[in-house]
Amino acid sequence: MPRRLTGRLLPWSPLPGFGLSLGATLLYLSVVVLIPLSTLVFKTAEMTWGDFWATVTAPRVVASYKLTFGAAAAAAAVNAVFGTLVAWSLVRYRFPGRRILDAMVDLPFALPTAVSGIALTAVLAPNGWLGTHLERIGVKAVFSPLGVCIALIFVGLPFVVRSVQPALEDLDAEIEEAALSLGAGPFATLRRVILPTLAPALLTGVTLAFARGLGEYGSVIFISGNMPMRTEITSLLIVTKLEQFDYAGAAAISVVTLTLSLGVLLALNLTQRLLSRGR
Amino acid sequence: MIGPTGKQHHSAAAWEPAWLRRSIAITAAAFLALFLLLPLAAVFAEGLRRGWGVFAASVASPDALSAIRLTLVTAAVAVPLNALFGILAAWALARFRFPGRSVLAAMIDLPFAVPPVIAGLIFVLLFGSRGWLGGWLSERGIQIIYAPAGIIIATVFITFPFVARELIPLMREQGSDEEVAALSLGAGWWQTFRRVTLPNVRWALLYGLILCNARAMGEFGAVSIVSGHIRGETNTLPLHVEILYNEYDFAGSFAAASLLASLAVVTLIVKSLVEWKVRRDRAAAAAEEH
Repeated sequence: MPRRLTGRLLPWSPLPGFGLSLGATLLYLSVVVLIPLSTLVFKTAEMTWGDFWATVTAPRVVASYKLTFGAAAAAAAVNAVFGTLVAWSLVRYRFPGRRILDAMVDLPFALPTAVSGIALTAVLAPNGWLGTHLERIGVKAVFSPLGVCIALIFVGLPFVVRSVQPALEDLDAEIEEAALSLGAGPFATLRRVILPTLAPALLTGVTLAFARGLGEYGSVIFISGNMPMRTEITSLLIVTKLEQFDYAGAAAISVVTLTLSLGVLLALNLTQRLLSRGR
Repeated sequence: MIGPTGKQHHSAAAWEPAWLRRSIAITAAAFLALFLLLPLAAVFAEGLRRGWGVFAASVASPDALSAIRLTLVTAAVAVPLNALFGILAAWALARFRFPGRSVLAAMIDLPFAVPPVIAGLIFVLLFGSRGWLGGWLSERGIQIIYAPAGIIIATVFITFPFVARELIPLMREQGSDEEVAALSLGAGWWQTFRRVTLPNVRWALLYGLILCNARAMGEFGAVSIVSGHIRGETNTLPLHVEILYNEYDFAGSFAAASLLASLAVVTLIVKSLVEWKVRRDRAAAAAEEH
């Protein structure tokens, strides 16, 4: 059967198992991912357009978009700078403890988000290791938008470092040296040679970190304090709607959130294609 | 995919003056220490603040033990299931060309783009008492939401891509020459798979399994939605951490959190060892070619 199929439709392959592996993949994908995800669309479709619009533009919901977007964007910007510095140090310098730091970068991926959340809160609370010092200078890092941003910096960091690292490793030392020996100063070399090579990887890392920040939940809810209109992220609002048995409302806000984060990722994908075609 | 290509960068190329090099490295190290090391250390410090006795008592409490048990069961179902799927998907996607292949590859990564809370919500909409299948399920006395089954299903969704995404790029890169040779020499498909395909991808498979397991045991958002937080029944370890924390039992919460943090540290160590091993093997293979 697979051979007959491959004979006509597809390039012939001598390997067995095409029908079985593709069939199983499609079945599993549909049952586990696609059918469950489609419930969002159907649930939202039960609402009238007016209800939907009123739900997703209610003042409390809009305040949560602003907070989530702003904090995710600010965190991505911080990670763009410090993540690049981290990647730069790990790739180009040799110093004691480098391997340990390199392994540590993935900690936010490996640490359960609830643990990250309570850990950051413990460190930054007014009686915490950093919180005591922050309080003295009048900075409130927990139960404030700043706390949300700090949590998103934590979860987003590995995306930037792990995207930029391979690009820095691929950087051709000879081109750098040529630029320098031809009289380009370090600043010009950085701007004309290194940054353009790094830019696509940096863009990828920053966008992934941003998209992750839009949907983050566990690491944020402990540090944010969850005050409506002030420090309530969109994910938490979905949970609140669900706890009030407002399933359609939860689905409507989810559709907006999911559309935005998938839209961001899709835009990234298209940009990458354009960039790679331009070369 | 497993780490970068294994190239060792030449630190000789660094043209930055020494003072700049030092400041960059110190800034980077300070940033990592502040944002990563300090919170990690805080988990253990808070967990042990009231001594080993309190720590041991909270970790060995019946609620904690039942949370540990459910966490282990969840991972024991989700990880093998997604490993099996990952192998099948990698075989289909990396060994055959067919229309729609890149769309399918993108769909496999979809769960990574779905926020955890939404991943939980969709299963409530599907299996909840007012969901699509809710009526049908309750007629038959089957409960999925607010029961361990829901936790397992949500975890399967969340950890769905981990193994597949490690295997697909590697198998594509390796090509199918060795498998074709084995088959043409008379090996059966199972023998070819077990003796050729599996050994070639074993490190990537291990890598995917470790990451899949870490996420399966640590998932919070999706699981908290479908769990219902019933003590002794539907609490996983991360949910146990949350409940104790919200009850101001910080010692207990951080004690349970230190178990999860230890798991994260072990995950990072094993992951680094696998990366190191793969880099070394690739360097050796490259040296052999020359």
